[in-house]
Order: sequence, then structure tokens, then C-alpha cells
Amino acid sequence: MSDLNKLGLAEARDALRAGDVTSVELTESCLKAIDDADALNAFVHKTPEIALERAKAADERIKAGDAPSMCGLPIGIKDLFCTKGVPSQAASKILEGFKPEYESTVSQQLADSGAVMLGKLNMDEFAMGSSNETSVYGNAVSPWRRGNDDAQLTPGGSSGGSASAVAADLCLAATGTDTGGSIRQPAAFVGITGIKPTYGRCSRWGIVAFASSLDQAGPMTKNVRDAAIMLETMCGHDPKDSTSTELAVPNFEAMLTGDIKGKKIGIPKEYRMDGMPAEIERLWAEGAEMLKAAGAEIVDISLPHTKYALPAYYVIAPAEASSNLARYDGVRYGRRAQLAQGDGITEMYEKTRAEGFGHEVQRRVMIGTYVLSAGFYDAYYNRARKVRTLIKKDFEDVFAAGIDAILTPATPSASFGLGEMTEADPVQMYLNDVFTVTVNLAGLPGISVPAGLDQQGLPLGLQLIGRPWEEGDLLNTAYALESAAGFVAKPGKWW
Amino acid sequence: MSIDQSNAAKVAKLARIKVEDDALPALASEFNTILGFIEQLNEVDVEGVEPMVSVEPMRLKRREDVVTDGNQQDKVLANAPDAREGFFAVPKVVE
Repeated sequence: MSDLNKLGLAEARDALRAGDVTSVELTESCLKAIDDADALNAFVHKTPEIALERAKAADERIKAGDAPSMCGLPIGIKDLFCTKGVPSQAASKILEGFKPEYESTVSQQLADSGAVMLGKLNMDEFAMGSSNETSVYGNAVSPWRRGNDDAQLTPGGSSGGSASAVAADLCLAATGTDTGGSIRQPAAFVGITGIKPTYGRCSRWGIVAFASSLDQAGPMTKNVRDAAIMLETMCGHDPKDSTSTELAVPNFEAMLTGDIKGKKIGIPKEYRMDGMPAEIERLWAEGAEMLKAAGAEIVDISLPHTKYALPAYYVIAPAEASSNLARYDGVRYGRRAQLAQGDGITEMYEKTRAEGFGHEVQRRVMIGTYVLSAGFYDAYYNRARKVRTLIKKDFEDVFAAGIDAILTPATPSASFGLGEMTEADPVQMYLNDVFTVTVNLAGLPGISVPAGLDQQGLPLGLQLIGRPWEEGDLLNTAYALESAAGFVAKPGKWW
Repeated sequence: MSIDQSNAAKVAKLARIKVEDDALPALASEFNTILGFIEQLNEVDVEGVEPMVSVEPMRLKRREDVVTDGNQQDKVLANAPDAREGFFAVPKVVE
């Protein structure tokens, strides 16, 4: 077999079990692809020794029989996950040199299942961004281009390195995290699948915290079946995360029947935005037609508070971030600023945080500090939390009315050029998450499925939103959509 | 509500982030753009609505109030920028 790095998880698993390939061969193929792809700046810490060691161990397990699905499959890990003895910087200067003494629960579960870590993946600093342009490692670059134009495009963010690496076949799949759309938006930008599970499905322990009431980990994969396989390994109750839920994790892959007859799919009218490109509107309508042709019933629905999701998010997420990021003080880990003669502890904090945090992170920490400060707490923070209650109720109402899943566009545009948004005000960049952020606020599962190309030849995705804890049903609907859309485009190799 | 330079300086101080004086006007302007966006929330009728505490109604788990780990001083200090004699070292705090 050649080009083993181009396989998906399910294909590679089946080939491993059939004895057609070894994990070492798969891993070596990915390591070579990674070394050839420095121009994408997706892998920012490579771990070939760990990878080969785990691949050998996986081959032994497979030979012995009874290896779990992920055993021997080479994947990338977003830099937000703490990985023992391996730099874990959340793409921030302030965590320069930090090598955790422990492993995040999700990456541990993947390792226990035999998955092979190839290295750490680029991302926006502390997962704050939609274009992977706030990283201390520099921009991650999308493998996609606009026709013959060699302008570099964004793979989206914050899981931009994960998106770029999976789309460019540097790994079979990757972990991502999603606070406002950071799995689904990049997945849509590069033509891959990304699912954010229900809040509480994946343990947050050992994942560098951004906004704790919104953060969830999830897989970014080449197709829906792979997402089902990898999600199952990532999920599960963890006593070390008090918000992780004690629910059995179903066999998601077994739920992929493709049968969605009689399912009610909601089309929310509030997601039809002014100025939305006609081709996204068209793709959305085509997606609804595909689900209808597969036997689903399409129902117009209303989620009246949609418009207020982004402003509520930009109160709640910075508020939680300002609290979470208070721990970066130059004392316990990471980088401390050079101090001048006579500087005391306050100067140490202030200089360390000014040097260590990038511009966007500083801005969000300060906005969060402001909305939580005395005199503004009620006007901003409490009001945003009340609006969040209303946004969640919008979804509860439509689910109570019998809707099984909701279909929306994943993003308001295709990928854009790196640097193209530099002059725009921060709110313009925030609009990238307009279709995804509601899902985090309501704690629901959401999946982005590649569904077509725009006129420039760039991928566009559709999002499906499911009922809480019903990832299996959601994945099955996504599987039906994927089968109907038949998206097979891949970026031409230029790197 | 609008933020002026002195408010911006106060917020930076509260957040323990050093911002040079010449950077304050731009910072204040960015804050105002974002706060202007957030102001939309004032259009929503939130009378009688409970502020969300947790997205899933759950009672936080409790456990016995006992020591569950410890004895790993070396690991705790391993990543400190300045660790001495088993402690984190910081500049003088008390005069």
C-alpha cells in the first residue's frame, strides 16, 4: 500500500486488523508527510520517537488480537492538551518551555486505546481566534488555495493546525477543542468533519482552560465514520472534571445506519443572515433537499434569540477567560519577564502578562475583567447569563416540539486569506462564529460536514445540531448528509 | 457606556497587564467597539429570567474531604521559572 497517510481511521483500522499494514508503516508514512509539510506550519512540536515507540507497542497489541478501534492509528494533538513531557503551550509565549508532568484525560484515553501521537498542532493562542493568526508559532496555513492564486489562506481557528494537518493528510485525524466554533469552523474551511459533543461528554481535565462553561474537546477527521470512532474513545466520565457526566458512552459507529426516515430536521429562519453569500444559501437549501430525499421531514423553525448569541458569548467567554488566565503569573510555570532593579511582585505580574500574552488574549482578558468589575457585573455579566438561558430555551422549545436535528450553514463564508482581516475591527473576526456559538452556549452537540465547493474552489460546510447526549443520532444524520453530498475534493499538493 | 483612557488604564491594572500610556487610546477605542457590540443585549427582555449557572442542571459531585495525592514537590516545581530550596521564588513582597 502506498500513501498510507491518506487513509482514514476506519480504513486504516481495518487494514491493521487484516494484517495488510503495520502501525509502524502508517506512522512512518505520516512522519514523512509531516516533514514535507513545514510550509503549512501545522505540527509545531513533532514527537517522532514517542510515535514510533507507541506504534511498535500497538503492533504487538494488534498481533495479540483484541485491540481497540484506535489502536495503532497515528493522530495529531492540539497544543491545548497537556501531554506529559512534551511541550504544551496553548500557542502562547507565556507557556514557553512548559512541559506538563501529567497527561490530559482525553489524550490519555487515546493513548490507552493505542492511538499514536505524532506531535502537537498549531492553534490560536489560548484558543482565542478564528484564523490561527494569534499563535506564537506563527500562522497555520490551509492546504487549500483559490485556483492558481498562491495567496496563503487560513485553515480557520482556533483548531487551525488540526484542520490543516488532517486536510493535508499529515495524520489520520486530530483532536480539537471548541469554545465558540473552534472545531466546526476550521473543519468547514478545509473540507473535513468536526464534531463538538454535548458539554460534559469529554473531560476537560488537562486541557488548558479558556472558558470553562463552553469548552469541549472533539475529533477532527476525514469523514463521519472516523468521527464516530474517535469520539467514542475521547468521551467518558472522569472524576477529575466535576462537570463531566456519568453517562454510558454508546458505540457511535454502530449507530451509523444512514437511515433517517421520519426524522424531523429544523431549518431556523434566524440563520438566514443579511449579506450571506448566495452560494452558502444555496448549499444550505441543497443540504435540506438531500436530507428530505433520504426520508427526513424538513420543518421551518424559529430560534428567536439567535441574534444575541455572539454578544452574549463575548461577555461570558472573556469573563471566564479573565478568571482562568489569572493563573499565568510568572510564578509556577511558563515564562517570567526580565525584571528591573527594584521591581516588586506587581511589576512581575504586569510585565510577565504584557510580554507573555498576545494582543487578542490581552484584549479578551481585559474585556472579561471589565464586565466582571464592580458596578458592571449586573449590567454585562448577569445580563449575558440571562440571555444564555433564553438561547438554551429556544433550542429546548424546538426539541420539545419534536425536532431531531437542526441544519444550518457552518460558517458565513469560505476560508479567507491570511492577513486579510488584519485591518478589520475585532467584531468582524468574531462574526465567523455566528452559526456555531449558539451551540456552545446551549451545551449541545454540533457537527460540521463538508458539503460542497464555492466558486473559488474552496470547501463549504453544513452544520447539524443535535439533542443533548444524542451524538449517535446526530452522527447518523451527518452520515446520511455526507453520503448524499458525496464531497470528495482534496487540495492539490503545493507545499 | 463608553470607556475613556483612564478607565482603560484601570482595567489594565485590574487585569495585571502592563499597558504603556501611548497604547491606551487605541485600547480604549477597541474596548468601545466591543462594548458597543455587546450593548445589543440591552434589547432583550430578561425580566424574571434566571442567569445560567450550568448548561446541564447538575449537582456538583462531592467526595470525602481527605488527601487524595501529594508528595510530589519536585513535579510541582519542575516548571517554575525560579524555584529554590523546594519553594517558588518571587521578588520581595513585603518591605
